[in-house]
Amino acid sequence: MKFWDKNKRLICNLCFILLLFAVLVIIQYTAPSTSMWFSVIRKVCTFSLAAVAMNLLNGFTGLFSLGQAGFMLLGAYAYSIFTISSDMRTTVFRNYGDSVVTFCLPMVLALIIAGLVAAFFAFLIGLPVLRLKSDYLAIATLGFAEIVRGIVQLTQFGPVTNGPDPINNFTSPKNILVYAAIAGICISIIILLINSTYGRALKAIRDDEIAAEAMGINLAKHKQISFVISSFFCGIAGAMFAMCNSAVSAVSFTSAMTYQILLVVVIGGIGSISGSIIAAFIYYASSEWWLKFLDLETVTKTGTKIPLLGPGFRMVVFSVLIMIVVLFFRKGIMGTKEISVYDGIIKIKNLLCGKKEGAK
Amino acid sequence: MHIWGLLKKMSSILEIKNLNVCFGGIRAVDNISFDVEKGKIITLIGANGAGKSTILRSVSGIVKPTGGDIMFEGESILGLSPDKIVSKGITLVPEGRRVFPNLTVLENLKIGAFLRKDKLTDDIEYVYSLFPRLKERHWQQAGTLSGGEQQMLAVGRALMSRPKLIMMDEPSLGLAPLVVRDIFSIIRTINDDGITVLLNEQNANMALKIADKGYVIETGNLTLEGTGRELLENNSVKEAYLGKSK
Repeated sequence: MKFWDKNKRLICNLCFILLLFAVLVIIQYTAPSTSMWFSVIRKVCTFSLAAVAMNLLNGFTGLFSLGQAGFMLLGAYAYSIFTISSDMRTTVFRNYGDSVVTFCLPMVLALIIAGLVAAFFAFLIGLPVLRLKSDYLAIATLGFAEIVRGIVQLTQFGPVTNGPDPINNFTSPKNILVYAAIAGICISIIILLINSTYGRALKAIRDDEIAAEAMGINLAKHKQISFVISSFFCGIAGAMFAMCNSAVSAVSFTSAMTYQILLVVVIGGIGSISGSIIAAFIYYASSEWWLKFLDLETVTKTGTKIPLLGPGFRMVVFSVLIMIVVLFFRKGIMGTKEISVYDGIIKIKNLLCGKKEGAK
Repeated sequence: MHIWGLLKKMSSILEIKNLNVCFGGIRAVDNISFDVEKGKIITLIGANGAGKSTILRSVSGIVKPTGGDIMFEGESILGLSPDKIVSKGITLVPEGRRVFPNLTVLENLKIGAFLRKDKLTDDIEYVYSLFPRLKERHWQQAGTLSGGEQQMLAVGRALMSRPKLIMMDEPSLGLAPLVVRDIFSIIRTINDDGITVLLNEQNANMALKIADKGYVIETGNLTLEGTGRELLENNSVKEAYLGKSK
């Protein structure tokens, strides 16, 4: 009984996550293969991991970094180079003879390498860049992302990165459960980190750097740790992005991608993990699926064309929706709160039984 | 004479020798030396910008001095990083409270013990016994506390690192007179429990009443020193800091 009292929130949340996973299993095995659910869920998993990783840095440590696309690019390239199938390698790298990597690693190992490559570069970049604050840090990391995107397209790196040509024919599972599992495991690790002593130190740095320093928190070290860990998971998200598209090309990792992730973080609430996940779902489901009909020129039965509907109109409506969200939910959907299924159930129960809210 | 000097050295926990701090070209602290005796309450008084805060910040390692030496328990701590200095047993209660507004009261206390790896339950109980109000509000976000409660939390947070020397920078700043009295009585209690206190105050009257020894600092120089009572009765102190005419 005591165990239940202590862990009721955790148990309820775990049950909820299992329920979600069961729903995904049902979708995977019953939905028709043309369903939009598949591509949307793959994207949602990828970008919720990226958004949570960005939230760790922006929302929990207070470091405003915009280098996410760069780290995702590094992860995506590392993953695809290490998992490209042996018989297709020479075809893909036909302009450069052959790849320097002449072996094919299993998926999980390649994912970890993708994370480590991103983390290694984050470590190097972090040494000079983390001395900067707020806007300056954002500009410097944004610059890093652009530089990386330029460098991997150089023909001199052709044998490694295939130059400006895309890489394809690497391991890219299409089962949504794989994506959900990777994102789930990574996000759980981030949640554990945030709730640990380290996480508390990071939040202290976000709230007040000078006081945190006076309490004996080593600012440089903790910022560096947060930056490296966030980039590690960005790298894995990049690898997932590569899997989604079955092809990697540097041109898709523009700063617009970073802004998309930032938008997801802001809509969900800066400093809320569950907010980021919910926002990722809403963002990608509506931009890729629910609002797609706005892009089609539609003719009604009477033969008149509905005005405004046409290519590009979706983004207009979408931008307006985002503005509305930002205006009316200043702190995002969740603010800094997290979803608690147990509290929700109690609230609904109280509502149904007619009990007054707030009475404890 | 020699023996007295030696005895004094043994009883002092912190020695500041010819400390110099410059910001740009401006000399904030000019060749100041003083000792902090173990187990006592020492107070620095002086006007705005006299360099009191800079002295405390140099001791805690946040500001790098340009010259001189700072000895803690006979060892030089000059140039050590703030986290090393905290783990040696010196904690600063920063000016303006600076609690972590988005963390709960309990989380704030736990952050205070960040460098310790042992169990915290006893220390949390100790802080709660000093400040029962914090226990009532342990689940609340620190930003929602009143100014006095935030100051209590800042002191409690500093105590969580089990300091030998606690330095307080303007603990009475912006607080109601009644709350100021509470804070000063707590400083007494902390001192009775064996922690040396280095207090930095503009409220010279209150500070000198509880202090064992006081130093007057003016524009980066140490101009007067004496026991709290001596300074309270000193005419120039009365005039400049206590607002009483001769």
